[in-house]
Amino acid sequence: MILARAIDVSRRYGDTLALDGVSLDITAGQIVGVLGPNGAGKSTLISLLTGIRKPSSGRVELLGQDPRQPAGRRHLGVTPQETGLPATLRVAEVVDFVRAHYPDPLPQAELLGRFGLADLARRQTGGLSGGQKRRVAVALAFAGRPKIVFLDEPTTGLDIEARRSLWDGIREFHADGGTVVLTSHYLEEVEALARRAVVIGGGRVLADDTVDAVRGLVAVRRVSLTSPVPLPELDGLTATDREGDRWHLLSPDADRLVRDLVAAGVPFTDLEVRPASLEEAFLRLLEREVPCPA
Amino acid sequence: MSGLIRTHTRFQLLETSRTPIAIIGSAIWPAASMLAFVVPYAGDDPHFANATTASMLTFAVMSTNLFQYGVGVADDRVQPWDPYVRTLAAGALPRFAGRLLAGLALMAVALLPVVLISAFLTAASLSPARFLLAALAITFIAVPFILMGLAIGYSMPPKAAVVVAQVLFLPLAFGGGLMSAPGWAPGFVETVGPYLPTGGAVRLMWAAVGEAPIRPVSVVSLITWTAALAGVAWWAYRRDEGRRFS
Repeated sequence: MILARAIDVSRRYGDTLALDGVSLDITAGQIVGVLGPNGAGKSTLISLLTGIRKPSSGRVELLGQDPRQPAGRRHLGVTPQETGLPATLRVAEVVDFVRAHYPDPLPQAELLGRFGLADLARRQTGGLSGGQKRRVAVALAFAGRPKIVFLDEPTTGLDIEARRSLWDGIREFHADGGTVVLTSHYLEEVEALARRAVVIGGGRVLADDTVDAVRGLVAVRRVSLTSPVPLPELDGLTATDREGDRWHLLSPDADRLVRDLVAAGVPFTDLEVRPASLEEAFLRLLEREVPCPA
Repeated sequence: MSGLIRTHTRFQLLETSRTPIAIIGSAIWPAASMLAFVVPYAGDDPHFANATTASMLTFAVMSTNLFQYGVGVADDRVQPWDPYVRTLAAGALPRFAGRLLAGLALMAVALLPVVLISAFLTAASLSPARFLLAALAITFIAVPFILMGLAIGYSMPPKAAVVVAQVLFLPLAFGGGLMSAPGWAPGFVETVGPYLPTGGAVRLMWAAVGEAPIRPVSVVSLITWTAALAGVAWWAYRRDEGRRFS
């Protein structure tokens, strides 16, 4: 069963095209990781699927309905990217306010307990630490026993321990049949939770595959070296960057690159090989999608 | 649906009650003006006391609604909590109704001191029928000021909303003739007054408490203002939808 879907959806803000013909199906019981650089359109996609904004063209469906209609959001839980809680209200009051919107919400104590918030119930949200606020914001997504939750960078700003306990909460929800759409900056977070990963860049879906396949796509190595002479033509390079004598080369196959350098007799020194960051990997995917005239 | 309206009303009231100074603030000026100007100067004359109490009530209705909705809505719109609430299964109706009911409750709190001061410290007196009529008139005249507040709140950021509400507030009060009894304002105020929303409102209140005849021009002006402000508020709300962080 398809719980959420985007059909050829575009969204503009003035002259900026934030999403460009995106199609996506979210099937019941999946955990889908949405990856992409900043400004890729991840949050825009979520705001369309959760009814906050309207697509400029195309169609979105949530549980078979238009998410702009309140009835379409009865089984939806959301954690927005930016944590905003009414500062003067107590945690329990905010939880009760959100619970009141659902036909069969989790009991307050159970929800607070599940996310380790029981001790904070009487505290005003304005007095919580950033991490505590984030945990409350994530807990709210689960208050109404939703069928599907959208978590927009849920663990940003959390320490390792809080992140792991939140992952456990998400896994538990999934084990009970829940569906999760999760955006993240961290490949390891998507690896830890999801089987399916969708990579968004420049407002388009660049990849939609298993996490393993996407990891292969984004597994790029950065090879740095110092060479007094210009480098020869090398195969398999995805990007080259030069600062004086220092060269930074991106390649999916670092071993082969180094062998080629040696075979070409390049007198290099200070060789360094390390995994490229996710951002660098996304840029590579973007370039493959839209060839640069350079 | 009514359950959700209650939920949103309670939320608004809870939030306001956590900063009680906001409630006191909206109640203090009308009450203080009553004590400073009405009680010593007009308190002994029942007609004067009735009319100036009606003026002060209009003043309180205008100022609480202008600030509460103008600044309150503008403030809420820039909080990330607002787009989150829009993902909950509640449409515009419970949110608007909740805001409106909470606003009316707070307005009643702001008006109460004026009514009590008038009843106990002045010669003002109203028959039960007149009292009811005045209460109805207050509900009616609150509408254009609620709409004015919403128009401000949905069309500008909080800092601008505060300035605009403050800039509008005194000229509207003075120009409408709220600072005086019927026929006692400076000449140009008497001329301009009926065409301002405050002037139309206060003249309706004076008529409701039986201290002035109903004047068609001010009633028509009040209705026209209400319709125009509803148009602006609606336009601002539509324009605001989903664009706030673009």
